[in-house]
Amino acid sequence: MLELRGLTVRHGSVPALDRVGVTLEGGRITCVLGENGSGKSTLVSVLSGLRRHDEGELLLDGVPVRFPSPRAARAAGIATVWQDLAVAPLLSVWRNLCLGAEPTRGAWPLRRLDVDAARETTVRALERIGVTGVDPDQPVNSLRPGLRQSLAIARAVHYGARALVLDEPTEPMTIAQHTLVGQAVLGARAQGLAVVLVTHNPRYAHLVGDRFLLLARGQVAGDLTRADVDSDDLTRLMAGGEELTALTTRLQELHPELGDR
Amino acid sequence: MVRRRPSALAPASLTRGRSWTLESFQPEEALLRSFAPVSVDRLPSRGTPPRRRLLDGVLARPGLAAVLGLLVVVLLFGLRVPDLFSPAGLAAVLDSAALLGIGGVAVGLLLVGGHFDLSIGTVTLSSAVLTAVLAGPGEWGIWPALLTSLAAALAVGLVNGWLVVRTGLPSFLVTLATALVLQGTTLSALPLVAGAPRISGLDAAPGWSSASAVFGATAEVGGGVFPVSVLWWLAATAGAGWLLWRTRFGNEVLAMGGSRRAARELGVPVRRTTLVLYVLTATAGWLIGTLALVPAASVGATPTLVTAIDYVVVAVIGGCLLTGGFGSMAGAAAGALLYAVAREGVELAGWDQRWSQAALGVLLLVALLVGGAVRGRLRAAPRS
Repeated sequence: MLELRGLTVRHGSVPALDRVGVTLEGGRITCVLGENGSGKSTLVSVLSGLRRHDEGELLLDGVPVRFPSPRAARAAGIATVWQDLAVAPLLSVWRNLCLGAEPTRGAWPLRRLDVDAARETTVRALERIGVTGVDPDQPVNSLRPGLRQSLAIARAVHYGARALVLDEPTEPMTIAQHTLVGQAVLGARAQGLAVVLVTHNPRYAHLVGDRFLLLARGQVAGDLTRADVDSDDLTRLMAGGEELTALTTRLQELHPELGDR
Repeated sequence: MVRRRPSALAPASLTRGRSWTLESFQPEEALLRSFAPVSVDRLPSRGTPPRRRLLDGVLARPGLAAVLGLLVVVLLFGLRVPDLFSPAGLAAVLDSAALLGIGGVAVGLLLVGGHFDLSIGTVTLSSAVLTAVLAGPGEWGIWPALLTSLAAALAVGLVNGWLVVRTGLPSFLVTLATALVLQGTTLSALPLVAGAPRISGLDAAPGWSSASAVFGATAEVGGGVFPVSVLWWLAATAGAGWLLWRTRFGNEVLAMGGSRRAARELGVPVRRTTLVLYVLTATAGWLIGTLALVPAASVGATPTLVTAIDYVVVAVIGGCLLTGGFGSMAGAAAGALLYAVAREGVELAGWDQRWSQAALGVLLLVALLVGGAVRGRLRAAPRS
């Protein structure tokens, strides 16, 4: 279980996250929704160890933690599917999958990569999310975009023992890609992991999510459960709510030809 | 659907309120139970699926350009100046290739990591001069002098790395600055300290015989005098190749050069890796300086900024991408050999030396274009 208490992260003097408090329970999918710049990505980078929080606490099973690096977060069982998928294009599939947690053998001056173990891990991790027939020695830029995403998800599912954080790509995804993400989060929930899904699609969020965390200007604007909202509510909330109403009014004032749209 | 019906009908589950909605709404249950295989074939694909072709396999070996170029120059000069491949000629080629190769391997490793070092040429000069000043006018033993200059070289490497990591400025500019500072200081300080622009007679320094055995030994084979620097070169190439492809550090270097953001997101210690890379190039610079200093037992103040470019040329011809993320240490060795054959060949043929530079420029251009093709078409990774 992951818990955030009064968590604040500042970019200079501007808070990117402002006193965010939320409990991410195991076996639950928490969808994080919000506009661009509302703090979604900052939340992801704090959970995955890329950024340290300035104030407040991040509790892992009740113990305050502060990850020095994403490697430490992954060692603690929190794995992330990054927005850019975090793959090095010229490297082989197995090098990408094991990057940051490479299996090694031998003692220090001669400690070397255990290539066979890494290949095997890769094949198993990909099989676990249902992808077969990928040559682990293939360079990643020879994979189709869908398979690159599979690789990123397989990596996170493989290393995430307690929590899975998914930051969806900003570009629209196809049905097949959404299916893949859906399978990953639901599978992780079934295994009792705390799942955080950052998404831009409220209907999709409503389909898979148990809880919905709405962020606005770095603050929690809403912490809702499936019982509180239906997918139309979520869509409305996502679309900007009050701000959109204000924008509509203002534009209609300035341009009466818009009429009553 | 069938699965949901019992709970929907059971009054007991209705009384559970909120959790009823949470737990019974599982339309994806079939998927959930065991990550059912998704049909990957239906995932979107751009263009045609990858086909393994001969060209792809060739392009995936970036060092191949250097090997082909080497064959060409060997054929060319083999016909024109057969003397080049007499034992004496070979010894001269290897002597020249060894120093180029050590620098090329070090710079190649740095290029793979996505960085650049122009200061290695001046580190070579400065560390050799420092050793000579300490062991000559300073009257130190040669070993303490060598260790001191090694420490100084490491310090330069750390400063380079720290500046690059700290400022985030292009490493080309940062190392150009340190190179100029070092070269200017060395060239102007040497005559002041030693009283002459050249220090010689270092073989009188205490401990010279052992240092000479390590850095200046030679072996005569069939009339050619082969220097020990060839062994250092081979060791450096093998060591760097192993480091790059078979250690965790190497994987981090490759990832850092390929995508720094991805490396950071996956917890690669980007700063530490960068620092280590700069320390390694500085060490290589010191080694080259020492391997040039000891056999001659003298050192002169000549500008060496350009030799840093030579190392980059060697590494790029050898298939290290200037953009980072891929490279070949054996290729860099082949590149050094190619460069050395061309240089010695032009000299033996009695041509104007400057022609070799022009030819090298053409070769570099070809290597860069091939590198671009590799980046775009890397379909098979023979050395994964």
